[in-house]
Formats: sequence, structure tokens, C-alpha cells
Amino acid sequence: MNIVVTVKQTFDTEAKIVLDGKGSIDGSGVNLVINPYDEFAIEEALKLKEKFGGDVTVVSVGGERVTEAIRTALAMGCDKAVRIDDPALANADEWAVAEILAKAVSKLPCDIILSGRIAVDDGSSQVAVRLADALGVPSVSSILKLDIEGDAATVTREIDGGTELIEVKLPAVFTAQKGLNEPRLPSMKGIMGAKKKEIAVLSLADVGVGAGDVTAKMGVPKFSLPSPRKGGKVIPGEAPDAARELAKLLREEAKVI
Amino acid sequence: MAKGIWIIVEQSKSEIRKVSLELLSCARAIADAAGEPLVAVIPGHGIADLAAKVAPYGADKVILIDDEKLAGYTTGAYTSALNKLIRKEEPRAVLIGNTAVGKDLAPRLAQRLGVGMASDCTGMEADDTNFLSFKRPIYGGKAFAEVAANAVPVLATIRPNTFPLAEPDASRKPEVVNETADIDAADLKAIVKDVAIAVSARPELIEADIIISGGRGMKGPENYKILEDCADVIGAAVGASRAAVDAGWIEQKFQVGQTGKTVSPTLYIACGISGAIQHLAGMGSSKVIVAINKDPEANIFTLADYGIVGDLFEIVPLLTEEFKKLA
Repeated sequence: MNIVVTVKQTFDTEAKIVLDGKGSIDGSGVNLVINPYDEFAIEEALKLKEKFGGDVTVVSVGGERVTEAIRTALAMGCDKAVRIDDPALANADEWAVAEILAKAVSKLPCDIILSGRIAVDDGSSQVAVRLADALGVPSVSSILKLDIEGDAATVTREIDGGTELIEVKLPAVFTAQKGLNEPRLPSMKGIMGAKKKEIAVLSLADVGVGAGDVTAKMGVPKFSLPSPRKGGKVIPGEAPDAARELAKLLREEAKVI
Repeated sequence: MAKGIWIIVEQSKSEIRKVSLELLSCARAIADAAGEPLVAVIPGHGIADLAAKVAPYGADKVILIDDEKLAGYTTGAYTSALNKLIRKEEPRAVLIGNTAVGKDLAPRLAQRLGVGMASDCTGMEADDTNFLSFKRPIYGGKAFAEVAANAVPVLATIRPNTFPLAEPDASRKPEVVNETADIDAADLKAIVKDVAIAVSARPELIEADIIISGGRGMKGPENYKILEDCADVIGAAVGASRAAVDAGWIEQKFQVGQTGKTVSPTLYIACGISGAIQHLAGMGSSKVIVAINKDPEANIFTLADYGIVGDLFEIVPLLTEEFKKLA
């Protein structure tokens, strides 16, 4: 069973966001990590590999710094990696990234594609599902359980207020929700071994995409920071008085009860 | 020439999802300003009576796509049917709620159409050059991105509870059109075998008007009962911080925050929650925030509109009693 895991490098969720002089998100000095949801995807891929054999290939789009995240995935136990890096990707949107990933993934032997259900940076939650469509394979989003039998998967997907049980033919794309598994930490042996594993760096031309073929469908975003919320009233007094006052304020001042 | 704003309406068991009505309410003003028709598109099966339920919220036209393959949501069948209809009718914008269905359907449909999409938007405005521009929180609400599309149509998912419901206008009589679903066999590779909806009298977290949430200060799973009791008096949903979920006190589906649900209720009551940046990311867009915490230095007080410094085990039951008196 060969598995592809798409991985994105994101800011640490602790990171404070500031804008640089050009109004872009300033990444200098920010601690970068594997997108937390992608760790669930990696773990699930490794569990499937342990059960069925085969290779796990990490695919990521991004510059040199992304190598760090890829090495972590390899240290967890993934076998090899592809990093797609090209100056033409500077303003790539979700559509473009999905088209590029589809071209790259279609060249790899692959029964299952796993991704995180959302990246904690742009939070757009689009690329994996778009990738499935670009590949013409089914997708199941936000999965909590994955069982494989032969060329089919039985999947539990989170929906609003409950779950769905879905049967799907492979190959297919699955996006991992928290709760799918507990991601392992890389072992010392894994970290040492990861240094010897192959990371292929491909340009758009290597993948078979012309720079003009990936002109973004969305314009370049304008960024802003939220105006900070100010703390309001701390209600003094003994508990019964404070509770009474709070209920009154919520009814009469805030008008939300 | 592309025309119109389409709202994909979500429904289940003859009930329309609230967020779909919020989108119709909000898009009405934009459609008027732009001189564009507003269209409610309802995929499903046995849905003839639903046109009358959306009509009071402002659609000029209701398109019913009735097919047994659309009875319950599946990614493939919905994508297939909507892709063909959108190509035929050429709307300028297609909007859906940022729900489990919207999050799954919209990106797939956008790729099939070869167009862009704005996810989980909390703002939408008419835009002279690009028709619509969208504002969306990124980095879990620590920043905003304003985006517009270069391609037509533009797709977007809108966060529930972002736009107020319009006063229903019973005199509205939209044109109702039936369209057949043209679904490719290739899009039927996934079959939903079972749907399990947890039986709860409480509202769904992402659509709740009021949420009462408990964190590390809850001290154990048995104590969520005091939040549930309070929730049931004011019609609230119960939420939790990551600390409480990771401690195993409450299921992950109740987690609010950067690695949980993003919510935008009218009132968010945070009990025993310190206010880690990741939690604030999930609830910072709430309209009114209340904090109950025994630590006066807790970060949550820096953004709460109302705070009580004290023991939540004492204060929450008292508050429940006060809410009962208001009912």
C-alpha cells in the first residue's frame, strides 16, 4: 500500500502575528512547525504502512525552510519526500497548489492520500479536497477513523452534531481531524535515519506545469490585524451579588439574554 | 454574461439550516445594490415544500434540485449536480455556510469549476472591480485577509452567526424552478452507510447563540453538569477548552479554539478558562464575552466584556438561578 501525505509548514500556534513594512504577515523569528493536523495524517499513514507495507511519501510545496518540516516527517517514519519549489509559486492560491500537487502526485504510486483537514495558518481548508478533484478521485473530509479492506475504505467522518460512516473506493483522499490518532514523536533512531532519506526538490517544469498555467484565481490578499478587544467590567462583590449583577447586565445592558 | 448571487441552501428533514437563511438575508442588500438577482438553490429529495420556507428571507428565485441521489449529502453527487447547473446558469457568486457540508462541498466544486474560493468568511461586501470582496480570519483570528476573485464565479463559505437574520417577509413570492440533477457515475464512488447524530436538546456549537464553556478550572468530567444545567436554562451549547479535552473530561467535538471549533456566538461564557491564545482564536469574534475565573490575572479578563473573579463552582449555579428568574 503506497501512501502520499501532503504536509504544510505553518507558524507555531503560539506565534504572535505582526505585519511587516509591506503589510504582509511577518514570518521572521517565528517558530515553524508541521501543521498540527498534518501530524494526524502522517501518523495514520505510518500505521497503514506498518499494517500493509509499502512506502509513505511526503509531498510539500514551499521554499528551503520547509525542509525542516519534511525532515520531521521523515524522522517520524515516512520513507521519502518531494518538495516543490519555484519562484512562480509566490502568489499561488489554493487552486494553483492543488493543480501542482495533482501533477506531482499522479507520478507517484499511490493508493491513499492523507492530509490535515485544515492548516492553522490560512485556515482555508481547501487544498486537499481540491487535490482529490484534480486527480478525479473521491475524498472524505475530517475523518476520525479509517479502516482499509482490499480496494475500499470504511471511514468515520465528523459532521455537525455527529458522525457519518462512509464506504469509499480507493484511491481516495482523506483529511485528518483531531481524534483520528495520537501522533508519535520522532525517535532518536528516526532522526538519525531521516538525514539519509531522499528529498527530491522539483520545479514547476519538473512537475510538468508551465508557470503561466497556475495564475491564481484569487487576488493577492490584503492583511490587517484585529483591533484589540478591551477588557470590560470586573463585577465586584460576594458571589450571590456578583451573579445577580451579571445576569442583570447581560439582560439590560448587553441585551444578550 | 454571468449574473446573480446563488446561495446553496442546506436542509435536513424539511428544516432549513439557519446559516442558509443568514446568507439570504445578508446577500439581499448586496443583490439590490448590484442590481443582481438573488437565487436560493436547494439540492435534496422530497423538497417541494422548502421553497415556501426560504421565500420570506429574500430570494428572487428558488431552484429546487430534487433527486433521490441528493437525499443526504454526499461530496460526489452534490458536486456533480451543482457543477453542471452553475456552468449552465453562470452565477457571479456562489455562497454556502461554513458547515461540515459547506467546508467539504465548496472546495471540490471550486476545483471542478476551475475557480477561486474564500473560506470561512466573516465579512462580505460589494466591490466595484471584483463584484464581491470577502474578509476572513487567518491564523485563528490573529489576523484578517481581505480577498477578491480574478475568476467568475467566486465561491465562498461564510461562518455561521456572522450575519443577522432578516425579518421574514411573508409577502415575498419568488419564482420557483425545478432543475433535474445530472450526476456522473464517476462521482458516486463514496456511499454513506450510516449517519449518527448525537441526540441533544442543545444547539449545535457552531450555530449556537450562546455558549457556556469550561476549561482546566472544571477540575473533572463530572463537573460539566453545572455548565449543562446553566446551558439548558438559557438555550446554550456547552463548549470546552483544549486543556479540558486533552485531560479527557469532555469529547473533542466540544473543543473551541485554533485546533477545535471556531465559534461566533452572541454570548460566550468562559468558565475556568485562562485564555490561551489558541482558545481566543476560536472564540474571539464572539459579540459579548463573560469570564468567570478565580485567577484575577487570567488572560481571559483582558478581553472579557464582563468578568467575575471567583470560584466557578459557586458562581455558575448562582448564575443559573438568576437566569431562571429572567426566563
